[in-house]
Amino acid sequence: MSDCMSKIIRTTADIMFMFIVVFGFYIVLHGHLTPGGGFQGGAVIATGFILLIVAHKLDDFLGWFKKKAFQNFEMSGLILFIGTALAAIPLGYLFFMNFLSGAGGLFGQVVPYGVNPGFLNTAGTIPIMNIAVGIEVLGGLSIIILYMTSGISNHEEGE
Amino acid sequence: MIELIHILVLFGLIITAALIVWQKDLIAAAVTFAAFSFLLSIEFYILQAPDVAIAEAAVGAGVSTAIFIIAIRATHNQEVT
Repeated sequence: MSDCMSKIIRTTADIMFMFIVVFGFYIVLHGHLTPGGGFQGGAVIATGFILLIVAHKLDDFLGWFKKKAFQNFEMSGLILFIGTALAAIPLGYLFFMNFLSGAGGLFGQVVPYGVNPGFLNTAGTIPIMNIAVGIEVLGGLSIIILYMTSGISNHEEGE
Repeated sequence: MIELIHILVLFGLIITAALIVWQKDLIAAAVTFAAFSFLLSIEFYILQAPDVAIAEAAVGAGVSTAIFIIAIRATHNQEVT
């Protein structure tokens, strides 16, 4: 896979990448208010990176983003998820307890009674876990495609 | 109105599913599969499952199409008779 796709596809992929990533982060951050959540938003963000991998040469892509970066994304997402779950135990609650809900501060706003348009700063630890799952799925799905493409390149060089 | 869109989406699903099999070009078949997946996500949205619709649009139309295109690039085009 030494050649890349045509200039039309490369330019379109460069422009669409920004919008896809911003839309994916929107889905992740509004996971507790609107349809979607960590997995869906992470898959949308990974689609943006996969678009760049398919459109460009692999060496060009690896010049912009390292493989280590995606591994670190996946690792930090898992650590953030289990760390948020375990942080409830030293505070005197049960495992996975939603200790931030209704406490004020980060994601701690109390939801007012009645019909409301949805407030972003609510729901306690659920948005934090959505962000953790989103980062982890982004790293995982991107690195699957990245290693598939690397395997093709190594195979063609070996022939 | 929603029934008309629903019927159109269902017919589009059948037509694209038949086209996937009938295509001779593999890249065209992969893109047709992406169109099928997109229509399927619209169908999920009409059936009031927006969560599944987003997952289907991201994984079905995005990731699996990229996997097919990478696999087609890695192989040689040879007609088997």
